[in-house]
Amino acid sequence: MTLAGSPEADKVLVGFASLLRAAGMAITPDRTSAFVEAVSLAGFDDRAATYWSGRATLCSSLDDNELYDRAFTAWFAASPERTGTATPATAARQPQASLSTEPNSNQSAADAILAARASTTEVLRHRDLARLTEQERTELALLFDSLDVVPPLRRALRRRPHHRGSVDLRRTLRAQLRSAGELAPLRRRRPGLRGRRIVLLIDISGSMQPYADSLLRLAHRIVRAVPHHVEVFTIGTRLTRITPALRARQAEEALAAAGRLVPDWSGGTRLGEVIGAFLNRWGRRGVARGAIVVIASDGWERGDARLLGEQVRQLQLLAYAVVWMNPHRGKPGYAPIQAGIQACLPHLDRMVGGHSLAAFAELLEVLTDV
Amino acid sequence: MLSTATVSPAAIGDALRSTGYLPSEGLSTVVFLATAMNRPLLLEGEPGTGKTSLAEAWATVTDAELIRLQCYEGIEASQALYDWDFARQILHIRAVEATAGDDLDAAALEESLFHERFLLERPILKALRSSNAVLLIDEIDRADDEFEAFLLEVLSTFAVTIPEYGEVRAVTPPMVVLTSNRTRELHDALKRRCLYHWIDHPQLAREVEIIRTRLPDVSAQLAAQVASAVQRMRISDDILKPPGVAESLDWARALQRLGYEQLDVASAAETLGAVLKYREDAERVRRALAAILAR
Repeated sequence: MTLAGSPEADKVLVGFASLLRAAGMAITPDRTSAFVEAVSLAGFDDRAATYWSGRATLCSSLDDNELYDRAFTAWFAASPERTGTATPATAARQPQASLSTEPNSNQSAADAILAARASTTEVLRHRDLARLTEQERTELALLFDSLDVVPPLRRALRRRPHHRGSVDLRRTLRAQLRSAGELAPLRRRRPGLRGRRIVLLIDISGSMQPYADSLLRLAHRIVRAVPHHVEVFTIGTRLTRITPALRARQAEEALAAAGRLVPDWSGGTRLGEVIGAFLNRWGRRGVARGAIVVIASDGWERGDARLLGEQVRQLQLLAYAVVWMNPHRGKPGYAPIQAGIQACLPHLDRMVGGHSLAAFAELLEVLTDV
Repeated sequence: MLSTATVSPAAIGDALRSTGYLPSEGLSTVVFLATAMNRPLLLEGEPGTGKTSLAEAWATVTDAELIRLQCYEGIEASQALYDWDFARQILHIRAVEATAGDDLDAAALEESLFHERFLLERPILKALRSSNAVLLIDEIDRADDEFEAFLLEVLSTFAVTIPEYGEVRAVTPPMVVLTSNRTRELHDALKRRCLYHWIDHPQLAREVEIIRTRLPDVSAQLAAQVASAVQRMRISDDILKPPGVAESLDWARALQRLGYEQLDVASAAETLGAVLKYREDAERVRRALAAILAR
């Protein structure tokens, strides 16, 4: 007998969807209803079918899958009846059982997930947002707004109307059509220009802590100026993509959102490994291809400096240009002696400072003309 | 032929299997849901895991026409949906002018200009008008994000609105398969309309089965050796581009063409170019070949 469509089954399924929402996935009502529909088609009493139906309708990226798996186990196995590896027959009864322990079942499942998330061995620290006075906030915002972002350009594939170039047959014919078929002057076109992608890799490890905040503000300024051509990642002991968070209009709001996303504020640095992860997960697939990649870091590498050098070499092969932004560079007496920087130097196109607003302005100029 | 009213995920799996495509349990369920719910299917996964071949296999199963739209940067609606045949329209005007003489009916001429015969079908429109089609929108992540907006109407209502002509609605909605290599994040509006599935590399046993099904001439022993060597390469961290199933198939084919019955260090070194496409990877693996081939 299939339970799908019965109010109990629906309650279990909708409860599961709201658990996922509580765990941070973007579950909209239409996704929930698609999930319920899918399960009713695939069969509610088949645990595997329920699992795959949910994964197809509720998840929208690879990142969601992991969280989904954990939540699914917690929700559909939170039954006291559960014994070892459940056969599909017993699995069918589990959702009802989890419902019978209500109203705490939702809570306990959520707790299980929280516990699972908190028990990672790595020491993860969250960023302590500095409390600024209202005046300081406006001043800071004004300062960053004063930075000029001119997006770097590249030649596009798509051709645009121009007074020189090859003959644009379609526009020429269209012009003739407009004049009812009389001969009209030839129209021409040539490749247009598009924004070149900028990728910012911001080091947020302990040694970069004094600069992390302003670097993120700079990233926010760039994301706001050219939203479609920027990707921002934080690097430390992990790689986190924070581009969506930085799309918020207000800098404070964006920084707070980024702060919630990043699990490794002021931790250690494993630049080589993390840049390698960036290359595997994003860079080689296209994000770094033809892009201008800016690494904002002091180059203090705890891991193997040779690995870092190798990864930056890989990065340079993919990217249009690799720019290293080092907050210490602008200071008097600086020499690039850290092992990390040493290993990367041969593979960098530019090295700029990153300790002041003037240095940021310099970086933005470099972005436009590398 | 399958009738969608009676099938189950298992039946779908068997049907795909009969064409030589070996789906995982999850994938069969998702394909079942896509047909039952009439929703587009968004497939993501490493290159070479069979995203595109699924659409091909499904077209074979349902005996449908496979209509493929390869996305690229700068693709526009006029290349994906429809276009007007300007040259023929002008010819038409000229012809009407020449024959009609003075009593030219301008309104009728205008009307006749946007007739169906001047409408150029591009893949999406073609799929909507076809009675039985699988529409494959390949590598959607290569298109600009603005292009996704063109797809929204098609994917949710299976209709295209052409301003001069009217709405074209699919009588039998085509099965739509979108693939993405994740070079960029797709817009949520697009994802919401689709069922999502991430295709992983297959497990060892299934990979052996895939090689055996696709290449019946390859011996069981060679297939098993190739599959386990490729699986070991995949779990190694320092491979830049882990080989996909497509590469395993190429490798097995290469070995078989050279007449090898066994995968040993010598034959592997000779044919490594079929699996690994980066010089760094090839060097790294060549150094560790003995360990990778050890049973």
